[in-house]
Amino acid sequence: MKRREFLKLTAASGLLLATDAGVSRASEAKGPSPDAVGILFDATLCIGCKVCMVACKRENSVPGGALWTEGMTRPPFEYNPGLRNWDMATDLTSRTLNIILTYRNGTGNTKNAEIDGYTFVKRHCMHCAEPACVSACPVSAMTKDKKTGIVTYDKDACIGCRYCQVACPFNIPKFEWDQAYPQIRKCQLCNHRLKEGKYAACCEFCPVGASIYGKVTDLRAEAERRLAQTPGDFYDYPQQRVDSFKTVSSKVARYQKHIYGVNEVGGTQYLMLSGVSPDKLGLPKLPERSFTAKSETIQHTLYKGMIAPGVLLAGLLFAAYRSGRGHEGEDKP
Amino acid sequence: MSHVHTPVGGPLFTRVFAIALVVAGIGAWFLTQRFMYGLGAVSNMSDGYPWGIWITYDVLVGTAIGCGGYAMALLVYIFNKGEYHPLVRSAVMTSLFGYALAAASIFVDIGRYWNMFNIFKPSLMNFNSVLLEVALCIAAYVGILFLEFFPTFIEARGGPGAAKGYNKIMFILVAIGVLLPTMHQSSLGTLMVISGDKLSPLWQSGLLPFYNVTTAILMGFGIVIFESYLSAVAFKRPFETPLLSKVAGVIPGLLIVYLVVRWADLLLRGALGSAFAGTAGLMFWIENLLFVAALAMLMPAARRTSAKSLCRASFVLLLGCAVLKFNMYIVGFQPAPGWRYFPSVPEIMVTLAIVAVEIMAYLIFVKKLPVLAAPEHT
Amino acid sequence: MKCTTCREVDTGGTLGSGLSRRDFMKVCTAAAVYMGLDASVGAQIAEAATAAKRLPVIWISGQECTGCTESLLRATHPTLEHLILELISLEYHETLQAGCGQQANEARENAITLYKGQYICVAEGSFPTKDDGIYCRIGGLTAVHHLAQAASSAAAVIAIGSCSSWGGMPSASPNPTGASSASAVLQAKGVKVPVMNIPGCPPSPYNFLSAVLYFVTFGKLPELDGKGRPKFAYGRLIHENCERRPSFDAGNFAEQFGDDGHKQGWCLYKLGCKGPETYNNCSTLGFGDVGASAWPVGMGAPCFGCSEQNVGFTEALHSPARLDNLDVTPPALFPGVDGGGGKGVTTAAAAIAAGVVGAVVGAGLATSKKVGQAEEVRK
Repeated sequence: MKRREFLKLTAASGLLLATDAGVSRASEAKGPSPDAVGILFDATLCIGCKVCMVACKRENSVPGGALWTEGMTRPPFEYNPGLRNWDMATDLTSRTLNIILTYRNGTGNTKNAEIDGYTFVKRHCMHCAEPACVSACPVSAMTKDKKTGIVTYDKDACIGCRYCQVACPFNIPKFEWDQAYPQIRKCQLCNHRLKEGKYAACCEFCPVGASIYGKVTDLRAEAERRLAQTPGDFYDYPQQRVDSFKTVSSKVARYQKHIYGVNEVGGTQYLMLSGVSPDKLGLPKLPERSFTAKSETIQHTLYKGMIAPGVLLAGLLFAAYRSGRGHEGEDKP
Repeated sequence: MSHVHTPVGGPLFTRVFAIALVVAGIGAWFLTQRFMYGLGAVSNMSDGYPWGIWITYDVLVGTAIGCGGYAMALLVYIFNKGEYHPLVRSAVMTSLFGYALAAASIFVDIGRYWNMFNIFKPSLMNFNSVLLEVALCIAAYVGILFLEFFPTFIEARGGPGAAKGYNKIMFILVAIGVLLPTMHQSSLGTLMVISGDKLSPLWQSGLLPFYNVTTAILMGFGIVIFESYLSAVAFKRPFETPLLSKVAGVIPGLLIVYLVVRWADLLLRGALGSAFAGTAGLMFWIENLLFVAALAMLMPAARRTSAKSLCRASFVLLLGCAVLKFNMYIVGFQPAPGWRYFPSVPEIMVTLAIVAVEIMAYLIFVKKLPVLAAPEHT
Repeated sequence: MKCTTCREVDTGGTLGSGLSRRDFMKVCTAAAVYMGLDASVGAQIAEAATAAKRLPVIWISGQECTGCTESLLRATHPTLEHLILELISLEYHETLQAGCGQQANEARENAITLYKGQYICVAEGSFPTKDDGIYCRIGGLTAVHHLAQAASSAAAVIAIGSCSSWGGMPSASPNPTGASSASAVLQAKGVKVPVMNIPGCPPSPYNFLSAVLYFVTFGKLPELDGKGRPKFAYGRLIHENCERRPSFDAGNFAEQFGDDGHKQGWCLYKLGCKGPETYNNCSTLGFGDVGASAWPVGMGAPCFGCSEQNVGFTEALHSPARLDNLDVTPPALFPGVDGGGGKGVTTAAAAIAAGVVGAVVGAGLATSKKVGQAEEVRK
């Protein structure tokens, strides 16, 4: 192979990658599976009582829970060893897998208003349809359940490379930086409670039905119904679960006509409604096509059946063999 | 043209060696802290910046510096230019150090290092993961490099020519030794594709694998040239300028291809809007100016015959490639508004310690083993 | 042992009820502090309250249950009899007055003429406006007429109770009598007079008494909010100072009456407590002078929002309080959405990094320089 040819080949394959629209996608955006479960969070209902945070911590600090560590005697509180104080989390951390954050603007007087208003937003794992962390993890420590679609973590597989953190567009997985034997921590949608016939603690204990649990298809329909209401009218908001018979009639707020999580990066199983536009709430503006799909397309195009590397290796072997013979011949005299 | 390699000889414990030893000692102290109290105790890495300079310098830049062996093998064996052979062995050795230490620093960087060998468990392998490809590839390549370097040990005991038989299968190692870096150096670029909008559009691109593998090869050539001059000056050996200027002849073409593709990509994606704001914008221009400067220093073929010009151009090229890699992994990375990262003192010291170990190993190997080609005229 | 000097009885005889001067000063000071005024104002209040000329009050009743008057009977500092016999001159009050019939009506009309522009008109109960107000008539004239007549010559009108403040229970849907508040009726009749509302069902007597003492002392109404309520009493949500607020913040809620949470005194939000949308001072003042926690929420009964328009008698008892109009800013300590974090550059790290970069660049340039020199020499 001539150098010129090699360079041409390199350039050509590069350009092929650039126009990745022309390349068949490794994973088509399928959206969540029909049995996928998730959470619908309605920021207009949230009162900022943080009971979901308390419940999350309590219910996950048991064997099988996302915060559980062998020998643990109490839930892990936010402890700052430098300042020697216990304080509330200001963001998601390895000890806080669910947090209520506050949007404030101006005088901050009017709930759900973007100007001079405020609103609460609940952040935790989005349980993406095409999770970047699952795609990124080299050792399958992050897995997405085929049926429920819940993204769970297996510490026994994890090598602690933190590529999931780099990959996650929502910056959800958290690492225990202060531990000699650290783990990645993230919301696992109360997977251990599901097995006991219960459901997500943040939804079960939410006093106002701001977080409701259910099948993603039902949650999407519920969100659509809410957006279809006229602001100021009364609507029967289901409590705890989307299929609950227990409802509370409340005045419909002025929603942003956007269900966050339906289209973002191929869809998520955690959906959000709010009166303030999502990008003001610290939620990233994301394209419909996930970066996961993009990355996998490149990877699978290059390594499909190991054909390309195989061909390259054969070429290299031939070239090196021929070169080596010539070389030896040159070497002998 | 001599193909005989000889040990340089001379005293081992020099001033440079002593300084390197002290730096390595400081690094080792911080490493004990890291293993006792966790990564947060020594590094400034955070949930926003899970990867710091340990990955960016030690792994990304470190392996790219270690691409000397790759670049030379590409030239010597694949493009059938046997005359570069004298440079190959030292290049392979630098590669071996670069890659072995990159692998070692991964061990330091990952949180659950005792699970590290899970990447070799077929039941756990995730073939969607770019990182798995990188990890397996680097692990395999360290082995290949060791095998490529193995004749040195044979010759050290049996004298020149002792490894003749071994050299018969060398072509297989060389072929694999070219394939593997092509794979993982491109994948080291693909690695950041999944981070999506978290990486500035100045770097985020479907062409990241191409950029990274091209600059790795460039860096390989750069280090071969620069290292040759450095060791010539350090050990008062003659220059290999005629050979090196031929190696340097490959660089401009590759550099032009890289720059054309890079800028066409930037313009097509309309990404240049971000080039005039913040540290990232500044670093973007530094990166590209270094590439252009390196090109300018090598462009008329006449300039490539001057040792000084070659040495300087290769150094500027190394800087440019290193800046690109830092930009790709740290400078251009903004996980969400408000996050920041700058390496901590212990973090920098650990990285320096790894460099120090590399220097010490180089000194030992060069002085005790037949690595460098015997001088042509003594 | 009795201290005689302390029982210094006012020679003017205004304190003839046996209340000591010291106790009276205490009452006045307490009232001042309670309204958010300086304690020294207590002396001023005492002086004004013991002045020879007492404030005339004409009390007009509409559709009411006399609960507001009953509530006043439960006050202990000052007591009602002290109020009406010594602090004010109650000219007309259908529940409390001895006279009746024509005689009483005459007394009222005389008082209106006699104290024109100097008396206070207190309105209790709502005023029916439907069918020309025929649903409440006294002496053949409608309650609306009585109110308009008494208010038009008054210095100020105090609407006591939710009924006269915003319609209250009689105005609950479907509001068969067209029950309206005192202010609405006066506005419709074109009577221009300052109106202060003391809503509640019944209101805390001290909200009323303090407002009256304020008027007695300063000759004007205290500072009012947008709904005509004195700010000192109705400036904050019950929720803001509720003794069960920590349970709310910790997410500890009673789920049903009598459950564990309820027994433990947890937050009653889920039982329908309207504290988060009701402006009143029950949570700081308690009710009925019985002691701490002696108010509905304190005793485990969710607040039903009696003093708040569109809450009490409107929202279902069990439905959780709506917070969509909550106009308090969220707690300042709540973390914001614009998080971020990580550790930035320190001087030492910057110095070392700059040193390393400098050393590398320097070494590179030095090497090429050396190479250049060596090249020259070898040539």
